[in-house]
Amino acid sequence: MLRYTLLRVLGAIPTLLLVIALAFLMVHAAPGGPFDDERVLPADVEANIAHAYHLDEPLPKQFVRYLSGLLQGDLGPSYRYRDYTVSELIGNSFPLSLQLGALAMALAVVVGVSAGTVAALRQDSYLDRLVMACSMTGISVPVFVFAPVLVLLFAVKLQWLPAGWSSASGGARLVLPVITLALPQVAYIARLTRASMIDVLGRDFIRTARAQGLGTLTVVRLHALKPAMLPVLSYMGPAVAAILTGSVVVEEIFGIPGLGQFFVRGALNRDYTLVLGIVVFYATLIVLLNLVVDILYGVIDPRVRYR
Amino acid sequence: MKSMRYLLLLAVFGLVAVYSCSGEPVDAGVVLQRGIPADPETLDQHKARSTQAADVLRDLGEGLVGYSPTGELVPAGATGWKVSEDGRTYTFHLRPEARWSNGDPVTAEHYVFAFRRLVTPATAAFYANMLADVMNAADAVAGRVPAEQLGVEAVDDLMLVVRLERPTPYLLSLLTHPSTFPLHPASVAEHGDSFARPGTLISNGAFTLEAWVPGSVLSLRRNEHFWNDAATALDGVNHHVVVQDAAELNRYRAGELHITSTVPPDNFEELKVQFGDELRVAPYLGIYYYGFNLLKPPFKDNPELRQALSMAVDREQLATKILGRGEVPAFSWVPPGVSRYEPTVMSFATLSREARESLARRLYKEAGYSEERPLKVELRYNTSDTNKKIAAAVQSMWLNVLGVEATLVNEEFQVLLANMRDAEVTQVFRSSWMGDYNDAHTFLSVLQAGNAANMPRYANDEYESLMQRAASQVDAERRRLYLEEAERVMLADHPLLPLYFFVSKHLVRPEVGGWGDNVLDYHYSQHLSLSATE
Amino acid sequence: MKNRAITVSGTILLTIAVVALVGPWLSPHDYVSTDFDRVLLAPTIADAHLFGTDELGRDLFVRTMLGIRVTLLVALVASFVSLVIGVAYGAIAGFVGGRVDAVMMRFVDTLYALPFIFFVILLMVAFERNFLLIFVAIGAVNWLDMARIVRGQTLSLREREFVEAARLTGVRNRRIIFRHIAPNLIGIVVVYVTLTIPQAILVESFLSFLGLGIQEPQTSLGALVDAGVNLMEGASWALLFPAGLLALILMCFNFFGDGLRDFFDARQAN
Repeated sequence: MLRYTLLRVLGAIPTLLLVIALAFLMVHAAPGGPFDDERVLPADVEANIAHAYHLDEPLPKQFVRYLSGLLQGDLGPSYRYRDYTVSELIGNSFPLSLQLGALAMALAVVVGVSAGTVAALRQDSYLDRLVMACSMTGISVPVFVFAPVLVLLFAVKLQWLPAGWSSASGGARLVLPVITLALPQVAYIARLTRASMIDVLGRDFIRTARAQGLGTLTVVRLHALKPAMLPVLSYMGPAVAAILTGSVVVEEIFGIPGLGQFFVRGALNRDYTLVLGIVVFYATLIVLLNLVVDILYGVIDPRVRYR
Repeated sequence: MKSMRYLLLLAVFGLVAVYSCSGEPVDAGVVLQRGIPADPETLDQHKARSTQAADVLRDLGEGLVGYSPTGELVPAGATGWKVSEDGRTYTFHLRPEARWSNGDPVTAEHYVFAFRRLVTPATAAFYANMLADVMNAADAVAGRVPAEQLGVEAVDDLMLVVRLERPTPYLLSLLTHPSTFPLHPASVAEHGDSFARPGTLISNGAFTLEAWVPGSVLSLRRNEHFWNDAATALDGVNHHVVVQDAAELNRYRAGELHITSTVPPDNFEELKVQFGDELRVAPYLGIYYYGFNLLKPPFKDNPELRQALSMAVDREQLATKILGRGEVPAFSWVPPGVSRYEPTVMSFATLSREARESLARRLYKEAGYSEERPLKVELRYNTSDTNKKIAAAVQSMWLNVLGVEATLVNEEFQVLLANMRDAEVTQVFRSSWMGDYNDAHTFLSVLQAGNAANMPRYANDEYESLMQRAASQVDAERRRLYLEEAERVMLADHPLLPLYFFVSKHLVRPEVGGWGDNVLDYHYSQHLSLSATE
Repeated sequence: MKNRAITVSGTILLTIAVVALVGPWLSPHDYVSTDFDRVLLAPTIADAHLFGTDELGRDLFVRTMLGIRVTLLVALVASFVSLVIGVAYGAIAGFVGGRVDAVMMRFVDTLYALPFIFFVILLMVAFERNFLLIFVAIGAVNWLDMARIVRGQTLSLREREFVEAARLTGVRNRRIIFRHIAPNLIGIVVVYVTLTIPQAILVESFLSFLGLGIQEPQTSLGALVDAGVNLMEGASWALLFPAGLLALILMCFNFFGDGLRDFFDARQAN
């Protein structure tokens, strides 16, 4: 187990380097620089700035400089938010994105699994059709359509919830973003669960349990749920990626200063260090996450350990 | 399985609990909620250059001179000033009761310190040219002389003398710009370049920087040491960063914003109906234009072609049908409303549409083009809905009137800027210019040879000499004549295609008091107030 | 039972595609002409503005048809790209097996870990939103799933008797891949292609939302929907038609893929 873990970690390092190099090249390949603006810089001022930020050095040198900074935990200053360092920006925004994503994920799993289970238990009934229809809508309508519609309804017309992140504090401002973010995942997980649950419920051991006189709910809870959840569990990886993608849209619409927002702004503003910092941060994080998932898998299903 | 699920839920709720009580600034008292389109890139007034940074800086700090809500110059950090006979020496008397937010008095030395830092090459200040007319300023920025030789002197704590290279009638307007605000030297010495953060920023204006959540909101709080604090009605101002126009409009409608920074371009008529007086539209010191690349064919040495293209555009239709928010069709370079100036208007402005178009066709032929041999040209613009609309319209007009085949090239702003500077691939490009101060010079200087903002690369000896002569005039009327002549000469050359003059547009809630429409679109929060709401 | 899903959704998709190809020819309008006197008109039969007009006065029916074409094209090409890469990669890994397989799959696993959407964004920003690049970008980041599935399938196929038999009788490896393994992969590959198409469509619409997708005056369903959202209150047709069609197309692809999967599953079970 330990050896397996270590090997995985070591294997990840070259890929991380490759990722960083790739991101570095792409950002620098983009035409335009971080200090361009609607107004034009006088030539000597421009030279001064370029020098101050080492932008006049050859690319490989800049890359090495960046890497050595990384090793010391320094992600550099942001070019766009000049009063802040990249580490600060990531430090402020990541917990927000995490909170949003975790809540959305939790909501998606709880609601999705429940809906899928109910649908499976009442297969081909009205309820089943309703759940399936809703989940079909959830994966067929893009997030950037849902979110404004919900904002229009709940924030502008009904004024029950805040339209913008900075205009409220506490839980109320989380409601709409989390729901919007979770919707496509709820839909997908519901479908997955339903299919999987139907499959499991048809198996022999379930029939045995039923024959033993156990109520449906008990059967589901004790026997069917765990195996039915396996496809959902393996979907968790892609689900995280999907939530990440969705978070960029949701953060933009609600004005949430999360990591996704900063990344997009950074890419469009050529804020080299911020973009690189976020890529590095995320890549490292997800590698770790994968590791955790693998370990969990080993815990749930011991057979996996001895591959 | 079960335990894992509970664990996950627990972790999540823990997170929620922690962050629900997170430190968002607690609003106390009367707080104004304003929208801004992006974060200021910095609150270091020397390194800032965006409009939103300037807006926030004007709430935080104060310079020698300020503006009233309707755009008149008023004393601010200085109570009065004297100008010498030759117009080259200004003596400012500073306000004795002016204070920094930590209680220290504001002295002339603080202004001197700030001005020197502005022209120091290491600062790389974008607006160093605000002081360009001060003695030795240009040399200091270029590094030829040390900044200490800048022509500013603190005679004593309350007297500041500024010596100029040449008479600069608009100097006072320049001194309203945030880059000319004073700095607290001890603060800069202690924190270096990161003095402009919440908690360390010491400001001399009506508000202090209480908190800044990048990407979200800047919270300002009343500066109790401000000399005019008694007149400040607001206890706090929150500048909310809202990038999308539509989202800003939603928040305004939801009651979360009192003032928006702009208004979405679509459905303007509906908005007028819906909001009535809350919709404030005013002329603005800015021009939207298409520039010609004068260094390369087809526009090099071809004034007839340029004029033809200019005349073929129906600016009225653009302004009313496509923009429809009170924008003014532009037939000159300098916008109307600039103080002490009457813009020259291009000759064809008064022609009827038919006359204009037929004249355009004739010029087009003279330039060597026709239906059989149409002009094929690229029109570049940076990504935005408005730009797209206008480009599509102009393309259509050129096609219908002249038969010109224009290709639209949409680029991201940084890309377009780089292309404009290189002047290699551009032919026609969209650009704009916003005035930095209320004087024609801020527009006319752009087209002088060697100015980095001179995108068309216009270079005309007569223009240059007229501008030089204007610069050496002390008499305002004589100066004005030279400037107006210069504009006329330039417009006759058609180095660019003026399209329209900007308007500022905001939504302002009825309970906001003290709002004045002015051509610079400056709305100092210290002039604003909030009456009791429902 | 599930065959109905295949036929119904397949028919709908085909109809949409045909209308999208033919429709614009039947309309007197084109997709690029602006008409500032007819801005934001509601759908009307007069003037043949079946879907109304947009904020520049352009006919929305023709633009929506164009959008469908572009969306379908992007999705198909992107899926094809990821198919080619994924199948090749997965088949090789699965067939060769052993060390090579382990390394190749480890690479896939770590790539899986990366925030690919960030790379798509970076690619689009770096290369100035080249139309072609959109396909490549989406396809290049989507092949991982395909590779995994194909590899798994190849692995299991490899162990089957007929392959053993072929190998024993001395048939060359390449022949085995092409004659025996490939045909059995078709089923699963087709299923996955129809399921990655919706994903590609959504990624493209997401890029349009960020302003990085297809450029004016060309358009895609995603771009039309994004523009329509802003016109939601004043001109709801500008949102409803493209969004409705987008949802319909996505649903059909999903149902189609599901149906296919059931079909192939049933076949496998035999």
